[in-house]
Amino acid sequence: MASEERVTAEARGALVHLPRQADAEPLPDPRQSDVDEWGRSEHTRQLARRLYEPLYKSWFRVEWEGLEKVPTDGGALLVANHAGAIPSDAPVIMHGIEQELQRPVYGLADNIFRAAPVVGTLWARAGGVAAHPENAYRLLREQQQLVLVFPEGTKGPGKLYSERYQLRRFGRGGFVEIAMRAGVPVIPIAVMGAEESMPIVYKNNFLARTFGLPYVPLTANMLLLGPLGLIGYFPAKFKLRVLDPVHFDVPPDQERYSRSRIMDEAEAIRVRLQDNLYDMLRQRRSVWFG
Amino acid sequence: MGRRVLVTGLSTFWGGRLAQALEKDPDVDVIVGLDTREPRVELERTEYVRADQSYSILNRIVRATQVDTVLHTFLIVDSTRMSGRALHEINVIGTLNLLAAAGAAGSPVRQVVVKSSTLVYGSSYEDPVWFREEMTRRHSAKTRVERSLLEAESYLHDFAEDNPHVVVTLLRFSNVLGTDIITPTSKALQLPAVPSIFGFDPLMQFVEEDDVVRCLEFVMREQVPGIYNVAGDGRLPWSEVAAICNKRLWPLPPVLTRFAAEPLNRLGIELPPEMLDLLRYGRGVDNRRLKRAGFQYGYTSAGAVDSFAQASRLRRTVGDSRPAYQYERDVENFFRRSPAVVKNE
Repeated sequence: MASEERVTAEARGALVHLPRQADAEPLPDPRQSDVDEWGRSEHTRQLARRLYEPLYKSWFRVEWEGLEKVPTDGGALLVANHAGAIPSDAPVIMHGIEQELQRPVYGLADNIFRAAPVVGTLWARAGGVAAHPENAYRLLREQQQLVLVFPEGTKGPGKLYSERYQLRRFGRGGFVEIAMRAGVPVIPIAVMGAEESMPIVYKNNFLARTFGLPYVPLTANMLLLGPLGLIGYFPAKFKLRVLDPVHFDVPPDQERYSRSRIMDEAEAIRVRLQDNLYDMLRQRRSVWFG
Repeated sequence: MGRRVLVTGLSTFWGGRLAQALEKDPDVDVIVGLDTREPRVELERTEYVRADQSYSILNRIVRATQVDTVLHTFLIVDSTRMSGRALHEINVIGTLNLLAAAGAAGSPVRQVVVKSSTLVYGSSYEDPVWFREEMTRRHSAKTRVERSLLEAESYLHDFAEDNPHVVVTLLRFSNVLGTDIITPTSKALQLPAVPSIFGFDPLMQFVEEDDVVRCLEFVMREQVPGIYNVAGDGRLPWSEVAAICNKRLWPLPPVLTRFAAEPLNRLGIELPPEMLDLLRYGRGVDNRRLKRAGFQYGYTSAGAVDSFAQASRLRRTVGDSRPAYQYERDVENFFRRSPAVVKNE
């Protein structure tokens, strides 16, 4: 916002012959819905929150640790581990932060979501945004929003139950680069419980290749519940731990950032998340009761 | 000394509109309008030249009229209006010849403005929410109109490099809606039920037709060089566009959409492939660079839709109120040249 004002002032100064308009009145904008430029609708969000609240409170019984480390204003990039065939961690984090801090969270997801009918539209209305660096930059830098990203991408949820809580590669460290460019901190969140809520026991590579999907899983939920297993999560106890924010003392808006610095930072964040997950698992007595 | 302006595509909607606007500008001395067909709007002092866009003719016209400004509005963005071959001739070959003529040795041209379209960005699921001018599309263009526009733009890049003394402006306009213009989008919105694709509700962006003309005038007057997106503020879902026009949606299946659209094409409801892409993924372009250059929009995206909706409500009641204009060469010549006509300056 501030930068926008500065720029128009500059333009006015540069083009002296332009009559200086008394600050232009906002144009009439006869909108009928509340869908914003990201496709998010506060109405849909409200509905989603109302539907999700029982699941959040009574089913997963979500517990947060260190929620005060999430800033109440200004942009920040939330980074978490990703798990479960249809990951439940994204809605849990978005729901939790929106309820507790009254701040919207925009969840970045693989742009393949946008290609899916119905699901893609619902996801966008509920606060999902295609993971494009340009989108993330705009949300973080210009609009100072909270953005949630899973650097493991589809490799996180696509892993077998036997590989649970083993973090995959953190992409190419793109999330660090975006945070640097946007001048915002990265806030890692360790999530425990998503793995057990919908564990994958078998994957079919042939079907995945045929349909162009990242993975086609057979979950324990499906074995037990049949087709209902697609939506029926196991009531694993969710615990989330917000780690200390990582500030990069580099100037924002640079053309390029040191590749090695990016990889170092990304790896450090990954190791810290992994260590914290092990620590949380050491303290966990029961998958269902925490 | 006033400006001498060449407008291409005088018989098209934009050529006619722009020439009308330029006639009101006292700083413009001469307006030469080029087209193969007769103008369809009434013009006071624009000189109409019936000519195709072949190089030798364009070269002679530029030399003879000593135009200092070329406004190239004759790029076809509505692929339903002609065959792919004709479209290629106009967009690619026409632009090539025009720029060659404008860049010939000793050419008087000092500014070239080209009216392109945001179609050059395409529309896919991998797109950012907002395209900036320097961004390029991920996938190569598949539709003919997109390819031809990209080719025309690449000629303009070459022209700008070869002629550093010429102010070159490339404007990429978003989908236009307004009181008068007819596009595949406006036609779709006037159907009893508006075609959509099941399961998709893309975010659309529009620019109002008056803003298009004002923008072309603005870049000409202020001589702003560079590439600019021209689109209203904000994006709104297609369902909301239909709602503003008080229409229901008529969903096409999300798979094999092109086959499903084929019978509609037969019925005259033409949904070209680029429109089907748009109905799936939408498109947004960042309009802030043009604002920084000093341009002020008159409408937002939703405002443009509303302007269109109001005009079509009026048309529904009173019909097309404006009388059809017929160009009569002799009459026009009489008014322009006869000593009997009293010109009250």
